[in-house]
Amino acid sequence: MHIHEEAVERHVLAVLVDNEAGILARIAGMFTARGYNIESLTVADISEDHAISRITIATNGPPHVIEQIIAQLDRLVPVHSVRDLTESGPHVQRELALVKVAGKGENRIEAMRLADAYRARIVDASTESFIFEITGAPEKIETFVTLMREVGLVEVGRTGVVAVSRGPNAG
Amino acid sequence: MAEKSGADILVETLMDLGVDTVFGYPGGAVLPIYDALYEHPKIKHILVRHEQAATHAAEGYARSTGKPGVVLVTSGPGATNAVTGITDALMDSIPMVVITGQVATNLIGTDAFQEADTVGITRHCTKHNYLVKKPSDLAHVVQEAFHIATQGRPGPVVIDIPKNVQVAAAEFSRNAAVANSRYQPQTEGDFKDINTAVEMIMNAKAPVLYTGGGIINSGPKASETLRELAELLGCPVTSTLMGLGAFPASSDKWLGMLGMHGTFEANMAMNKADLVVCLGARFDDRITGRLDAFSPNSKKIHVDIDRSSINKTIRVDLPLVGDVGRVMEQMIAVLKGRRFATPDYGEWWSRITGWRATNCLDYPENKKEIMPQLAIRKLWEATHEREPIITTEVGQHQMWAAQHFDFENPNKWLTSGGLGTMGYGLPAAIGAQLGNPDALVIDIAGEASIQMNIQELGTATQYRLPVKIFILNNEYMGMVRQWQELTYESRYSNSYSDSLPDFVKLAESYDWTGIRIEDPADLEAGIQKMIETDGPVMVDCRVAKLANCFPMIPSGAAHTEMLLTEADVKGTMDDQAKALV
Repeated sequence: MHIHEEAVERHVLAVLVDNEAGILARIAGMFTARGYNIESLTVADISEDHAISRITIATNGPPHVIEQIIAQLDRLVPVHSVRDLTESGPHVQRELALVKVAGKGENRIEAMRLADAYRARIVDASTESFIFEITGAPEKIETFVTLMREVGLVEVGRTGVVAVSRGPNAG
Repeated sequence: MAEKSGADILVETLMDLGVDTVFGYPGGAVLPIYDALYEHPKIKHILVRHEQAATHAAEGYARSTGKPGVVLVTSGPGATNAVTGITDALMDSIPMVVITGQVATNLIGTDAFQEADTVGITRHCTKHNYLVKKPSDLAHVVQEAFHIATQGRPGPVVIDIPKNVQVAAAEFSRNAAVANSRYQPQTEGDFKDINTAVEMIMNAKAPVLYTGGGIINSGPKASETLRELAELLGCPVTSTLMGLGAFPASSDKWLGMLGMHGTFEANMAMNKADLVVCLGARFDDRITGRLDAFSPNSKKIHVDIDRSSINKTIRVDLPLVGDVGRVMEQMIAVLKGRRFATPDYGEWWSRITGWRATNCLDYPENKKEIMPQLAIRKLWEATHEREPIITTEVGQHQMWAAQHFDFENPNKWLTSGGLGTMGYGLPAAIGAQLGNPDALVIDIAGEASIQMNIQELGTATQYRLPVKIFILNNEYMGMVRQWQELTYESRYSNSYSDSLPDFVKLAESYDWTGIRIEDPADLEAGIQKMIETDGPVMVDCRVAKLANCFPMIPSGAAHTEMLLTEADVKGTMDDQAKALV
């Protein structure tokens, strides 16, 4: 007997939640309990009175699973709203990464050239290493990190995506 | 405003909310609350013998009265023992508030004595949960917990209260205005969608109403509305296990329960219908059978207060989010506004009559042994005029009770449907008896299930509760044995109930009356004696050991592939079917 797998699509969800203890565990745990995937998850307090946090979740699954994920998130008591940015139209996605590269000679020069081409900033430098700060859509960061592997990548830290819809309105 | 201890704030807020009964068990981390209860005898505390039973008793109380059940247990093992009942309430949408003691805030996370991460453990088996860190938060949290437990799709809410929060004081005044909760579920159906639903109903030639526990949860008025809707439409009605009683079994529109052990006519009607109106049910796997063969030619309307229930397993044509009672009222109003006249479903009914003719609930006659189905039917005959409240455990006896005990009204049938918790029935009967002191309450049990919370015999004795237990004793975990017969060539691995106690002596040792029925000739007299005996009675009814529960949709099969009797069982299952539920 074999287990059947379905084709998946990637969606970015913006979730507004009460800024209370355990909310992150509640959301992350709901994903695990129901077998949903989390590609990345970012969370930060966004309101003036620190009462509301915005969670951006990049997830993937077949369309009916995405629909379930949204409904399951929406029924959690501390969740105020769930927006599927992928579904609702054009939006901007950004991610920040810090990329440490070590090397000498040609590798070091090549790393700098590539960083320049990708508009990555140098935020730390020693005689044999750099830390680049790069911001962009996840694909751009992915490509940059892949290139850095060839010129002495040591470590990389990524924030996960945050996303906001285009145009004058929220959501 | 006067200052009060957290424990007093809790107890007085419970009183403000109208709580009159609490099911619990004391322990170190709830001593301050128990001391406050001592001062407030208006709240009746029912001392159970195990915390799991407290949660099931609260479920029984809630399901039979419509009021939320309240549980009070200590930290650590008190809380972990309650987890099964909490999960059960989540699966069956039972309103319940569980108060758990916790170690003092400064000890949390230190592996203190009787410490467990209760909010962590219960996060995914509650509708919501809280850890209260300040006594000043208590009143609001308790109020919101009751609101969340009872509004929208009901469910269990846990409030974890550290011991120092119970002792520390905060300002508090009785009956303070309740702040507006952030939780405001949608109850009214969208008007445009109601109209679309009515269009779909008016165009249907073979409609069926598929109802569920949501109608019971919506309140007795929803059951009235369902009867009105069914009468107006003139179409057949079937129900899930959880919805039994919402529609009268004596009605000519009633098809019986649907699903795995549902009736042939109900399942065939679902399969051949051109419109399925799902009212407060959730297309559970025990209902649908093989998903791709489920009601293949019908349009589907799904009314549910929980949006996440819609399109979870079965895609529907029209989702309608709202309280099922309210949505049915809206539908009736629009139908009447359009001068809807009951259409001629003559052809549809004649097909249904044909399916009914199989008499799918028939069972082989047996002169020597008591057939379990007959025992249930005789129990119904002897008691139905008193409108008893029936609870069950889980297994064959539960399905036989669902098939052969007819219900006319809601809140009379209490069973663990979603989680399927053996050991539910006795504590649920205790809770139901407390909520309905004058009712005849009977736990229909199996000899295996009853042993899972048998210690609660003592609780019933202590509070003089005249509950009756009717055990269908076949010396097997019958449903396990039945599946082993169907799926694993009758290799009965660990399904024999060995070393059974003498149930009559056991009953007597708890000051209950014990009755044994062994001969079919004594069945009626035995049942009569049970009903006529004051106080609690346990009946050990010895039934045919190898009787199986039919009809049955085998694992991985469609509604049209029901096994009607033992004779339909052929061959064994492939791995695909074995892996299914």
